[in-house]
Amino acid sequence: MASIELGHYLALGGVIFLLGIVGIFLNRKNVIVILMSVELILLAVNINLVAFSIYSNDITGQIFTFFILTVAAAEAAIGLAIIISYYRNKGSIRVQEINEMKG
Amino acid sequence: MPYLLIFFPLLGSILGYSFKFLGDRYSEIITTTLVIISAIFSCIIFYKGVVHDFYGNYKILDWISSGNFKVNWSINIDPLSSIMLVVVTSVSSLVHIYSIGYMSHDPNKPRFMSYLSLFTFSMLMLVVSDNFIQLFFGWEGVGLCSYLLIGFWYKKESANNAAIKAFLVNRVGDFGLAIGIFLIFYYFGTVNYSEVFVKAAATTDKEISFLGFNTNLITIICLSLFIGAMGKSAQFLFHTWLPDAMEGPTPVSALIHAATMVTAGVFLVVRCSPLFEYSQVALNFVAIIGMITAVFAASVALVQNDIKKIIAYSTCSQLGYMFFAAGVGAYHVAIFHLFTHAFFKALLFLGSGSVIHAFKDEQDIRLMGGVWKKLPYTWILMLIGTLALTGFPFLSGFYSKDAIIEFAFFKSSSIGYYAMTVGIFTAFLTAVYSWRLFFKTFHGNYNNKSMLIEKMHESPLIMLLPLIILALGAVFAGYLFKEMLIVHDYLDFWKNSIFFVKETEHIHLPLWLLLVTPTLVVIAIPLSYYLYIKNTSILDGVKKLNEPLHNFLLNKWYFDELYEFVLVKPLKLIGFVFWKKGDQNTIDRYGPDGFSKIINFFSNKAVKFQSGFIYDYAFVMLLGLSFLLTYLMIN
Repeated sequence: MASIELGHYLALGGVIFLLGIVGIFLNRKNVIVILMSVELILLAVNINLVAFSIYSNDITGQIFTFFILTVAAAEAAIGLAIIISYYRNKGSIRVQEINEMKG
Repeated sequence: MPYLLIFFPLLGSILGYSFKFLGDRYSEIITTTLVIISAIFSCIIFYKGVVHDFYGNYKILDWISSGNFKVNWSINIDPLSSIMLVVVTSVSSLVHIYSIGYMSHDPNKPRFMSYLSLFTFSMLMLVVSDNFIQLFFGWEGVGLCSYLLIGFWYKKESANNAAIKAFLVNRVGDFGLAIGIFLIFYYFGTVNYSEVFVKAAATTDKEISFLGFNTNLITIICLSLFIGAMGKSAQFLFHTWLPDAMEGPTPVSALIHAATMVTAGVFLVVRCSPLFEYSQVALNFVAIIGMITAVFAASVALVQNDIKKIIAYSTCSQLGYMFFAAGVGAYHVAIFHLFTHAFFKALLFLGSGSVIHAFKDEQDIRLMGGVWKKLPYTWILMLIGTLALTGFPFLSGFYSKDAIIEFAFFKSSSIGYYAMTVGIFTAFLTAVYSWRLFFKTFHGNYNNKSMLIEKMHESPLIMLLPLIILALGAVFAGYLFKEMLIVHDYLDFWKNSIFFVKETEHIHLPLWLLLVTPTLVVIAIPLSYYLYIKNTSILDGVKKLNEPLHNFLLNKWYFDELYEFVLVKPLKLIGFVFWKKGDQNTIDRYGPDGFSKIINFFSNKAVKFQSGFIYDYAFVMLLGLSFLLTYLMIN
């Protein structure tokens, strides 16, 4: 039976990364989904980092992962705060209606 | 003292306007006081000059110093400029005082007083200059102030048009003056009067090619300068702006368009007498233009109905007198007439202002009449002014006008005899139109329906006081100054400020010549009283018989129409073509407007990319990233 190799981890990371990106593009409803997709992309990167760290026997990658997770948590908190204040101002967080940068 | 004399009016102008928040009264007092001080100083300077022979050149500053082209700001006090100083500052200060009363209902008094003072300063700069460039500065300065003051009531369309007309007509004249100055500098290498006159005397026969003609240098310079003088002094062909300039307030008409600015042309010709003396052609031209103007303006004045326009044409006609006096070589008599004319013409203008004030801004003499008992002081003062203007014996106009006619006779050349005849004839016309104005305004029946005669009231003292002083001048100026200015030993006074190649010989005058003008003038009084008041039917009959002639005169010889057709319309058309076709349809269309259109077009397309949806931006970012990565990987 084949063992789980580095390539599998990388494939998983790639799949999650793509899921995140597609989530951003295909989502037409809710800003929170975009935020979640961004988190997915970050996690995919984390998986890559951890996989490479074990593969190359270097602990630095796993330490970095912790930093990234912390930052991601902070980012999620800020993103949600922005969304809440946006909702208070506009009364809606529907993605179709957030187009004030339209030229 | 000369410095203070020149700069007090400027100071008054600046202080009067910049501190106008202190109130109208403050502006009036400060400008008037400073100009009066100037007037006192100039009287002192004149007196010192006459008695102690105290003249000099005071330098203010270097102005231009470029190679051998050196121009100074300076104050040149000589007999000619000192007498002009007296005329300018005294009339100006009286007009300042008068304006306090006349403009009492106007909301913009500080501006008005400030302009008046600024005008006085420019005029002083003009007369005291010792070179042509400073003269040009003053020349343009008075033109500017004239423009500002004619258009003082800028809400009136007609005032704006008149101001622009005055400015444009003067531009044409100034062009001639500028060419004259260029020629002087080009050929003499200097613009200072004294040096130019010395060099001119040495080059009297020099011929130059001008516009393809070989002409005498001095002649062409003199003619160019004289075109400038014609523009400023409203001579024939350039006269059209002066009657229109009456749109300005009456004190302005008195100061600028009667006593001072319009005489600047005469001053220029007299100042340049050392040039003109060497060119008989130019002198004859001056005399002929003067004669035509004198007769032309007097004939138009005969039939006009606007009180101020009559006086304006009269001014034009008197300026014609001054020019043909200069043209027959009697420069000192021209200045003498300028001197007396300043008093009685300012008196007439201010007096008519008083009448207009009493009639609540009515200017048509057909709507006046019979008010002499209501306006006794104005009546007497206008009577003095009219007598002086017509040259009634022993008033100031008599001495100066007769002197002009006599000097024309002394000249004993054909042009002199023409000038003499024209002078006598014009004197008669002058008497007729002046008395017509006077009788129609003050005598006969009261013809104004819009205002009751009981409501008529005399002007306040502050307006009458300057009139009284001017009236004294109009009565005595001729008698007091004739000995000094024109009779036998006049060169003791004028010294070298005017120049004669050959002094006119005083031959014995025939008695008829001495008597003919005063007789005609005196006859004109009962004649015009009979024709204009007692028995108007005769004149109506004449008018009917000569309808075309009457219309010709009433429409000022159709000059305005002619200019409209010959100059204004084509110029407007050319301007319109350049504006519409040249500027808008070519330069703008393919230049700035075209570029902005192209940029607008492309940016309108580019703006479509900005959908505003965050996922679109993310998509583009991703796309870019993938392209970059692909590129890096392939390499």
